[in-house]
Amino acid sequence: MSTVRTDETIDARGMPCPGPLMNLIGAIRRGQVGQVFEVLSSDEGSKTDIPAWVAKARHELVDVVSDDGFARFVVRKAR
Amino acid sequence: MDEQEKPLSLVLFSGTDDKLAAAAVLAVGAAAMGRPVNVFLQYYALDAFRAGRVCADHGLAPEATAGQAASVRGHTGQHWSDLLRQAREVGEVDIQACALSMDLFGIGRDDLDPLVDGVEGVAAFMAAASEGQVLFI
Repeated sequence: MSTVRTDETIDARGMPCPGPLMNLIGAIRRGQVGQVFEVLSSDEGSKTDIPAWVAKARHELVDVVSDDGFARFVVRKAR
Repeated sequence: MDEQEKPLSLVLFSGTDDKLAAAAVLAVGAAAMGRPVNVFLQYYALDAFRAGRVCADHGLAPEATAGQAASVRGHTGQHWSDLLRQAREVGEVDIQACALSMDLFGIGRDDLDPLVDGVEGVAAFMAAASEGQVLFI
């Protein structure tokens, strides 16, 4: 479990690909630099898409934790 | 995402909802990853972008079996038009109607949904595609 304080949780469980990623992108765009976002996703595609987008957009993937039937992605808006 | 990415250019020919949805997923993914997206609407795909008809039932590709069709129709994913709008929100997306197809079906500029940015010829589309990939769907 991540010990980083999260500013916003996006519960995208049940949403199909690419919904969770798109919700994360929207939240990061609206947010402030340094804020930490947590996405909960049961979509398999998120496991590859969220890390790929975070690297490409040069934010920071703080943590990825597998939970029961979903994964938790913790992302810091870096710029 | 400061470096210049090669565009992804999609030629949409098929007008069935499954192919349009698959194409819209590619568009939203490319836009999210910083690639400019060009969409060129031809034939049956252009017909699906007529004003007031975007959300109509455009059927499925002939290879869909009855069971698969039920799965596709029952899917909770977003409509392809919403995915294209999302692509536009996160990136650079240009949707153009093929001038020849407009002619072929007697479609005028005013007959098109606002999702369509304009009407252009194939040479303009190829110029926009430049060195990026062109996919025909």
